[in-house]
Parts: sequence; structure tokens; C-alpha cells
Amino acid sequence: MTWKDLQSDLFEGGYVASDDLAMALHLAVALGKPLLLEGAAGVGKTELAKSLAALQDTKLIRLQCYEGLDASSAIYEWNYQRQLLAIRAKGENAGDDIEEQIFSEKFLLQRPLLQAIREEKSPVLLIDEVDRADEEFEAYLLELLSDFQVTIPELGTVTAKAHPHVILTANGTRDLSDALRRRCLYAYVDYPDRTTELAILEKRRPGLNARLAEQIVGVVQALRKEDLEKKPGIAEMLDWAAALSGLGVNDLADDPGQVQATLVCLLKTQSDIASVPIEVQQRLVGKAA
Amino acid sequence: MMQPSRFPTRETIAGRMSGFIAHLRENGIVAGPPETGLALEALSNIDAVDTNQVRMALKAVCASDFDQRSRFDDLFNAYWMNKGLVRQRQQKTEEKLRPQPLHTSHLASQEGSTDGSGEADAPDDDGDGEAEMSGEGKLVGSRVTNFAKTDLRTLMTPEDLARAEAVAERLAKAMSDRRSRRRRAAKRGEKLDLRRVARHSVAHGGEPIELLYKRRPDRPVRLVALLDVSGSMTVYARVFLAFLKGLISTDAHASAYLFHTRLVCISDALRDHDSLRAVGRMSLMAEGFGGGTRIGSNLATFCNQYAGQSVNSRSVVLILSDGYDTDPPEIIARSLARLKRRGCRIIWLNPLKGWKDYEPVARGMAAALPHIDLFRPANTLESLAALEPDLAGL
Repeated sequence: MTWKDLQSDLFEGGYVASDDLAMALHLAVALGKPLLLEGAAGVGKTELAKSLAALQDTKLIRLQCYEGLDASSAIYEWNYQRQLLAIRAKGENAGDDIEEQIFSEKFLLQRPLLQAIREEKSPVLLIDEVDRADEEFEAYLLELLSDFQVTIPELGTVTAKAHPHVILTANGTRDLSDALRRRCLYAYVDYPDRTTELAILEKRRPGLNARLAEQIVGVVQALRKEDLEKKPGIAEMLDWAAALSGLGVNDLADDPGQVQATLVCLLKTQSDIASVPIEVQQRLVGKAA
Repeated sequence: MMQPSRFPTRETIAGRMSGFIAHLRENGIVAGPPETGLALEALSNIDAVDTNQVRMALKAVCASDFDQRSRFDDLFNAYWMNKGLVRQRQQKTEEKLRPQPLHTSHLASQEGSTDGSGEADAPDDDGDGEAEMSGEGKLVGSRVTNFAKTDLRTLMTPEDLARAEAVAERLAKAMSDRRSRRRRAAKRGEKLDLRRVARHSVAHGGEPIELLYKRRPDRPVRLVALLDVSGSMTVYARVFLAFLKGLISTDAHASAYLFHTRLVCISDALRDHDSLRAVGRMSLMAEGFGGGTRIGSNLATFCNQYAGQSVNSRSVVLILSDGYDTDPPEIIARSLARLKRRGCRIIWLNPLKGWKDYEPVARGMAAALPHIDLFRPANTLESLAALEPDLAGL
């Protein structure tokens, strides 16, 4: 499969990938390397992993990172309460076999990373917002990404049956270590240009009136150039399109008041909403038309 | 249209590729033999005759952050396209002749305008400065006792700067830890550590007799310092730079910025081993710009460009400025409010505050006050040192 094929397959599946991105993903799959995606929130980083999983008809295993995430909630944990119960239930005459029993599969709680390397068919492992996790977790991750194996002292080493396709996303909460960056292929996902965004809208909302689609994309593109705290991403644009078509709007210039009310789909902070009053909105619509 | 470079025919593709990787390395992109191997492997997965595909593939393999990615195309052209090897070698020697590679790579991304500073060096300016200062510093005799209370304007000798650095290091240590959310095993703590309780109970036949706990350990804070070097602050700039240098060198995660009419990141330059040279260099950079202060718009720039990476709930943002701003005060207030929303603590050190009867009447200062956690004077070394208990308590 060439990268062009991958790009068109993704397109069939409803994901419009830029050339850069398709190439990086193609290489990541072909070379068995993790892919690190960076970019602003709402440009479709997470969505790419979902599309890849759908495309390969395989499982998507997602690990959402957060500050304080540790090995026991990312890799595995023993079910201690159950173990204690099992020991008590055996009572006085518990023999040697009890230890073997309580450190068996039955008492193992699998977390996403372990689950990913135990799958029979290569799953897509999405490590979302890896920059939110702390540095220590990055170190665990490095080990996992280089060998695809996890050592559980009581059970032995678990080696991946099929290498998962790893996709990491980050949006700049903190700088990632160079070691992690070097282990990954890198792609930067930017806000799409006008034609790409139209293609996305067309793909996701097929029935939409062509003129309205033009207007929606035009306004959203113009809004991204305004001085906003939180620029509207693709997800927001799709929400807005859904809202407008749900309300039966056919032309943004028809009913400024109603359009203004739907801007809550795009603008997510009080000061952003305040900075786009109805006059500004109409100016943007006028330009977009 | 650009033509591909001509390589000696006897050179293999692997040789050329490792040449390219070396070329990247010389231009500040960390890459080595593993990347060479990976790049060759990548070529076998694409149509290697199509320049555009090769460019994208190598970009995915070699670039590892946004900055590298945006420089990659030029580097690619320089090596593979018609300018080719010969031209590149020339550039290489030129680069080697340049005196301070330490910060050139970093400043290169800061949009020109600081260009000259790489070549210029501290010594002559230093000579000047000291000569001037020893003229003014008439208190040499009594300075032994009076030293710590002298207004920072008169402290300019190397020893003074070293003192300022030492004070800064102490401060950095004082505020270096903050509690984490994550729990670690500990003797005493608020939560049971079931993993270890179960493990230890084995020795007692499954009876959880020993109770073990976990607690939240201390975590390092990240320090971000913003120094105003506009005209009104020049007299303090040198000492404050030494102070920043102390902060930065104690803590590898700290970062520092200068501003007057625009904002420059100076963390890299401050990590220069020779503190006098670093301070001299910074002072030159600071003087290079001149002009008025635009605190508000600089803070806004900081929020837009850098805050995402360097400010989080464990950050302390230190602003050293006198608050005289040529921007409307609302901009300061708005930017600080935005910064504050990232969950950081903001400390404003104002040299004027140490003066008798000072009131924060500068409109910028007044607008900033509601968003500041700590507002302190900073006109003597003593006042800087007095910050220690406050910072430790943050």
C-alpha cells in the first residue's frame, strides 16, 4: 500500500488527511514506529487514530493521560481486595498453592498499555495528550515503545504478539523529552485550509446546501484570524454546521440574530463571545459570501 | 525550478543520506545513525524518485518538533537541491568561524533583529561599564557594611553581580518544591497503599497486619521570569540579569524572557557558563532594542506563544518591571487575567516600590495589581533576599 492509497482510504472513511500527515502515518505503519502528532486542540489528532482503527478493522485502545497518571493505572494492577478475600476464604489450611492462585490472570486488572500488547491482531494504541502526564510516566512509555514488552514480576514478561500501531498526541502543555521525540515519527497537524475544510464538511455532512457550506467555512476561517483565546477547531465547525442545518438556516445572511445565537458552538469563552458581536459576525458573513 | 544536487557518482545512497543527517545535525536538529537507518528504510516504502515524497518522508522521520519542522524544507533544499554540497560546505566553515554557537541556533528562530548580538561580545562593553561605575561607586570604603542596602543602581561590579546570583539561587531553592497530586509510598500518609499491604501480609499468612501508606510527594515548581529592560529600567538591568542567571542555573526547567518593545527568550543564553559574559551579552541585547515599554502587548505575546509550553499550575511567573507602560492598561489586566487562568502564581517585583512613599500610580501597575499574588520591592539585594520566606510559602 502506498501513502496515496492510505490517503484515499482515509478519505473514504471520512477523514481528510493532508499529504504530510498521510505520509507520516504511512511510514509509521510501514516502519512500525510510533507517530507523534502535535497541533492545536480540535484539528483532528484523536480522530486520525479512530479512522486508522476503522480502516484496519482493528481495536482502538485509548489511554487518556493526565497529571498523576502512574503505572498502576496505565499498565496493570493486581486486584488486591479480591486477593485478600481469596486468602481469607481459604482460611487456616491454605497451602502453597494459594500464592500461585492469587497471582494468576483472574486477579490481574489489565490497563490499556498491557491490553494493547496482548491483543492478537495489531490494535491502534492511542496515547492521548501525552504531555499532560508527568516525566516519570514518559520514562515508562519509552521502555514500552522500544521493546513492546511489560514485565510483571509475579507472572513473567509479556511480549507483544502483534506490534500495536502507536499514535501519541500532544498539544503543548509541556515540552516532551527529546528521547521520546526521537523515538517517534513526527507530524504537525495544522488548521486545514479552505478547500480541505470544505472537503471535510462535505464528507461529514453530505446533505448540506453548497452555498451554506461555503459560508460556514469562510466564517470559521475568518474567525481563526481574529484575536481569540480559543480558536474554533474542526469539531466546532462541524457542530456549528449541524446546529445551523438543524435550525433550518439556508443562508447566514438571512437571520443574523439566530446565527449569533448559534455562535456558542464556535466560541467557548465569555470574552471570545463578547469580542464577536453581531456586527462583527455580519461583517465576517459578508466577506465569506 | 531547482535541480537536484550533483553528487559524485561513486557515492552510495547510504553515504549521501548520512551526509544529509550530518548536515541536519550541524544545523541544530538532533539526529544520528538511527535516523539514517530509519530514513533509508522509509525511502524503500515510498517512491524514492519523487522529490516531494522524499521530502515529506524525511520530514516525518527527522524533524521532531514544530520549529524543526518549519526549518526542514530549507535544509532539505540546501542539501538535495541545486545549491548542493559545495555551497553547503562553504556555509559550514562560515558557521564554524562564528564565535558564539551557543545561542545562535536558538535566536535564529526569534525572527532576526537580534542578529547582531551574536557577533558582538561582552568585553569592551564590560570595560566601559565598569570604568563608569568605578567612577560613580565612590562608596568603596563604606560599602562593606552598607553594601546590602545600596540601591541596585549602584551595584555593578563583578562581585556584586555574583552576590545577586547567589541571592537568586537561594530564592530558587526556597520555592523549588510544591506538592504533587500523585501518591508515593511513604511511612505516614493519608491513603493505604494496598499493593504493599498485600505484599507484606504474605509474611503473616494473609493477615494485613502492617499498614503501609502513600502520600503526595513534593514536586518541583517551574519558574518563569520576565524582565523589563526598557529605558526606565536600564539602571537595574544588569543586576536583575545576574539575578535571573542565578535563578536559571539552579533550575533546569526555569525559563527567562526579556522585554521592552518586544519579547525575547533568553534562557539558553543565560545558561552560558561564564556568568559575566552571559550578563554582558544580555545587556547588549537589551540595549540593542531601546525605546519605550510595551508591557501589555508583551505579556499578551507571552500568553500566545510561550505560556502554553512553560506555564501550568506548578509555575511561578516572576515579573520584574516598574510598571510604566505605553500600552493601554486594559491590555496588562487582560493578559495577566489570562495568565492567571493557567493556574500559576504571579509575583511582581518593582524596584520603585522600595522608594519612600511609593504608590502604584502608574496606570499599568494599578491595572495589574488585582491579578498579582505577591507585589514586592526589589531595589536592594536585601529586599530580594527578604523575598525568601514569601516564596517558600507560595
